[in-house]
Amino acid sequence: MPVKVLVAALSCCAASAALAQSDAVPAFKTVDSIEARVQGCVTCHGQDGQGTNNGYFPRIAGKPAGYLYNQLAAFRDGTRRYAPMNYLVAYLPDDYLREIAGYFAKQRPPFAAKETSTADAQTIALGQSVATQGNPRKGVPACISCHGNALTGMEPGIPGLVGLRPTYIVAQLTRWRVGERHASEPDCMKRVAERLSDDDITAVAAWLSQQPAPKDPAPVSASQVRMPFACGSQQR
Amino acid sequence: MVIAMRIFLAVVVLAAAAIGVVFVMRPGALPADTRPRVLSTTAASAAAAATAATKVITRGEYLARAGDCVACHTAPNGKAFAGGRPMPTPFGALYVPNITPDDETGIGRWTPDDFYRMMHTGVSKDGTLLYPAMPFASYTRVTREDSDAIYNYLMSVAPVRQQNRPHDLKFPFNNRDLLLGWRTLYFREGEYKPDPKQTAQWNRGAYLVQGLGHCAMCHTAINALGGSSESKAFEGGMIPNQNWYAPSLTSNREAGLGDWELKDIADLLQVGASHRGTTYGPMAEVVYNSLQYLTDEDVNAMAVYLKALPQRDTEAPPTSQARLVDPQVMETGRKVYAAQCAMCHGGEGKGNAPAYPPLAGNQSITMSSPVNSIRMVLNGGYAPGTLKNPRPHGMPPFSHILNDEEVSAVVTYIREAWGNNGTPVTPAQANDLRKLLPE
Repeated sequence: MPVKVLVAALSCCAASAALAQSDAVPAFKTVDSIEARVQGCVTCHGQDGQGTNNGYFPRIAGKPAGYLYNQLAAFRDGTRRYAPMNYLVAYLPDDYLREIAGYFAKQRPPFAAKETSTADAQTIALGQSVATQGNPRKGVPACISCHGNALTGMEPGIPGLVGLRPTYIVAQLTRWRVGERHASEPDCMKRVAERLSDDDITAVAAWLSQQPAPKDPAPVSASQVRMPFACGSQQR
Repeated sequence: MVIAMRIFLAVVVLAAAAIGVVFVMRPGALPADTRPRVLSTTAASAAAAATAATKVITRGEYLARAGDCVACHTAPNGKAFAGGRPMPTPFGALYVPNITPDDETGIGRWTPDDFYRMMHTGVSKDGTLLYPAMPFASYTRVTREDSDAIYNYLMSVAPVRQQNRPHDLKFPFNNRDLLLGWRTLYFREGEYKPDPKQTAQWNRGAYLVQGLGHCAMCHTAINALGGSSESKAFEGGMIPNQNWYAPSLTSNREAGLGDWELKDIADLLQVGASHRGTTYGPMAEVVYNSLQYLTDEDVNAMAVYLKALPQRDTEAPPTSQARLVDPQVMETGRKVYAAQCAMCHGGEGKGNAPAYPPLAGNQSITMSSPVNSIRMVLNGGYAPGTLKNPRPHGMPPFSHILNDEEVSAVVTYIREAWGNNGTPVTPAQANDLRKLLPE
């Protein structure tokens, strides 16, 4: 299953004319700099972590450093599986992964223009309802209750959702639901994903991808929020 | 005052008696009458013995690093040395055993003799013949003293209760009797014997490379029977199931080290990056888990030995016919190179070592197998983060940006440009490697 997803992800993008996309091409000023050291990331995530015009690879700029570090360490240790990432970071030490995470967390590149959604109005409405109010009948909390009113995430471990494409969001929620992706215990996202139907996931992804760029892209501070579910990634 | 003194003395005596009782009641306490007489001498010799034992364990840890035991005997994200890691081989999957000192599931009940017999002969404690995925054909070179040190270290790590998983080998390889044949053909038992004609440094390097380093496991080709021939030692070959090519260490057309500076060889091994080339893939793993921890002295010794390996080019350089390229392919390659590669590797392929390896004059680019170059273009790669290079530079993947024609064109270009004498590669070769998952 993950193999198929991967092959699909890689083959879909072979067609994209990324040669023309200058922000996905290696570029830096000084060799001995963090900018030069993260060139291994840029063909997929963009020069400043803004993402590329490829439909799958996520924007990583501005996500909390704690979240980015957790993902890098999980890719290295094999607890999050995506072969191209597992391979790239396999032999990188913790301190360096923290530095890379901190670098991308600080970047504030502009958000890409949102793609026109093919979803119908009913789907978008369902997505909006789940994302902003949750579904009390199924015990699903609203996305914004943890990911922030402006969907910019929360320090230290909860990612922003704005600027992500529907393919990526659908893939992640599905992987969480079937147990292929997980976070440190208690795994709050697993509790959420297990309560979502396929239709919910499609709808949430469609609505999220239509949200405008936030005025302030910074993640919200953890001290302001009581979370509906306990999350291992928020415990320090 | 006198009364007060008596009371004080009485209290002191009672307290002393109480302390004495508690002392005697401690588990394992020595009988009181023997203690005072022997205390001074046993304490001193015990301290000396502890220091010696500690030294052995510390040395064993170092040698276990040199042997890279942890890499195979630890499952991804599993407990160190607890085994369970599946090792795919052309003959089916092997599951690496638990070598923590757990009495039931590990090697807790092994003796130093059992351990040495396993290292030296490839026979387990219960008499089972080991599959040669365990590099006993190399470890047989290890001295008894070093084997004992590794044993002592392994006994000192935390025991983990984890049952070994049975191997999942295809018929007929699931029959261990076949190993008798394999051993007759390919296994030569024997500790390393220093060559008196060579320096101590060369001999130390040879001992590490041939023994614990088990370099031959990848750098000597294995045949269909999973054997490797001594006459082809270090001549390179594809690493089964990993789909990386381990270059020859003896051919100047590949990674032959005859014309390398000693420092560059040592850097490649210990730092993971040098002015001549950088490690990625399986070699990055070896540097990360093993070689970065070796002393400068040992790494230099390995470099001296590797540099002195006899250089024998079994293969003639490619003919000009074999190097013929369609000018259009070369032009596509040049364009891709200018757009994607020149920023780091330079317009003339000189690189910016050690951050960005040179491509011009780099044997790992021009060697006959183009597998590693194609894989690097498709999947990118980071050098290992090591004590001497904790923040390595890395190359991004291009598999989602370049199609098979572009990948093969740019690899052809770097194999032929700037005086490089490699041969062209085909889109089909790029396509074959694209289908594989990066690892």
